Amino acid sequence: MKTLGAGLKYLGLIVVLVLAAVPIYWLLSTSVTSPEKIFQFQWFPDGLNWQNYVDGWKSAPFGAMYKNSIIVTLAGALIQICVAILSAYAFAFLDFPGKRIVFLVFLGAMMVPGTVVLMPNFLTIAALGWVNSYAGIVIPGVGSVFAMFLLRQHMLTLSSEVTDAAKVDGANHLRILWHVVLPMSRPMVVTVIVVALVEKWNDFVWPLVSTSTDSMRTLPVGLLMIKDAQGFTNWGAVMASSVFIVVPVLIVFFIAQRQIIAGLTAGATKG
Amino acid sequence: MTVTDRSSAATAEADPPVVRSASRTRRKRREYLLFLLFIAPNAVLLAAFAYWPIVFNGILSLTSWDMVSPHIPFVGLANYRDMFSDPDFWWVILRTILFSGAVVIGCVVAGLAVAILLNQKLRGRNVVRTVAFAPHILSGVAMGTVWLFIFDPQIGLMKMVLGKIGADGPAWMTDSNWALAGLIIVYLWKTIGFVAVVYVAGLQGMPTDLYEAAKLDGAGAWTLFRKITFPLLSPVTFFVVVVTIVATFQAFDVIAIMTDGGPGDATTTISWYIYKEAFQALDAGHAGAGALVMFVILIAITAAQARFMERKVHYR
Repeated sequence: MKTLGAGLKYLGLIVVLVLAAVPIYWLLSTSVTSPEKIFQFQWFPDGLNWQNYVDGWKSAPFGAMYKNSIIVTLAGALIQICVAILSAYAFAFLDFPGKRIVFLVFLGAMMVPGTVVLMPNFLTIAALGWVNSYAGIVIPGVGSVFAMFLLRQHMLTLSSEVTDAAKVDGANHLRILWHVVLPMSRPMVVTVIVVALVEKWNDFVWPLVSTSTDSMRTLPVGLLMIKDAQGFTNWGAVMASSVFIVVPVLIVFFIAQRQIIAGLTAGATKG
Repeated sequence: MTVTDRSSAATAEADPPVVRSASRTRRKRREYLLFLLFIAPNAVLLAAFAYWPIVFNGILSLTSWDMVSPHIPFVGLANYRDMFSDPDFWWVILRTILFSGAVVIGCVVAGLAVAILLNQKLRGRNVVRTVAFAPHILSGVAMGTVWLFIFDPQIGLMKMVLGKIGADGPAWMTDSNWALAGLIIVYLWKTIGFVAVVYVAGLQGMPTDLYEAAKLDGAGAWTLFRKITFPLLSPVTFFVVVVTIVATFQAFDVIAIMTDGGPGDATTTISWYIYKEAFQALDAGHAGAGALVMFVILIAITAAQARFMERKVHYR
């Protein structure tokens, strides 16, 4: 009975593993299947055929799209973390009359869904002349509530003795932030940055809306453009194009999975 | 308190305390200033790109602007009247609720089941946890593409698998009866692992003594789950439900690559409707009104759940 139970549990584990992994495996394996064999169903590709990657790369300006995705992702995550750290420090260590209300107003912004702000934000960046610019893609998304909240919660756990000691030594707030609080918050900062990187990289609807020229498209938007322009007929090339988007995140995920999982599920225990 | 401190000190020593308090208020003022300076970037961004858009939507929803011409015609509440008297719009709402509800229920049931499995002392459970979480962080457009291929009625993996058990399988994304079901499958695939990991965190915080006591009273596994595990997990369930509802209401990238809201309107949910009205129909009025309706629905759901939490939820 007991071994039967354990056997069932391991069977369950395998089912979960297979269901989660098969589409990812299917993406990778189809991307290296030769074009003729794609129409014949097979579990394993017939060797590694890289032609799809050549075709995929040529089907759209992937070089430019990679450059755009990298710039937008790095700039977005970096600015966001700076903005978040500054406000988190302010709410954790600085005093202001009505601080609680200001904090609640900040948190309230979390209730505003991306879809709701789509059109107004487009009109705003259009008025600023930011359509088809990096600023237009990046700036509307760098305000931060959740990252700020997580960082503040973490900073509140730092003992005030540390900051007081620094104050007695005559350090000002900028020095305390840079030399004391930030080094002590490193795990949380890393978590927030990694999560921001993944989110910005995958972001789709805003880059789609805020750009209209091929040269400003990011990778996910570019994939949609391929589909709209030529339909998906060459599945191998399409899968290779999708791999271009997925693989950087997969690599980051398997290196920093602890941070990503902690960051993305934090609200469950800390909110 | 500081006043009496100061006055008592002043009687002892005439000069220095006044200087000190002056410097203290100066220091206080400097701290206020610093506070404002530190929150300013975030405050400006949130005001401009999160709060102002709500108001802006409200304004636009009272117009029939085409998003191009310099003239902006004011039409009052006509857009709302239009929408609410249009059966198509009600179908959009209903479809969104159906889609969202199916994903939420599937995620809670399957996510919790997977979590209980992952919470057992099994070898390899950490690997499974990581792999199961992976779909959640992969680009929706890229994975939507793969699912499009999997659902392909001629050469798709789904057809082969269903064929093995003798089923025929529909044309999925091009069949208006099945397209939404296909989307539900993809979103379940993307979300269950995430939900399971959240539940695992909740399970690990469970008090073991309660279980011991209940077991001594002869409670079976199902009773333990129904009477202890599930009630104690209700804050986690609350989080999962809210997050999943908000995410499904905003579902966009997978829909964009897989169905374009079609065939017909079969997968046009509220977020696709808003996008279509704004950027394809160039109808700022209907897009703004739709966005406000969506905002109100989500706020109402969250508020209702928060009230439910206050009364029903068991905190540890």
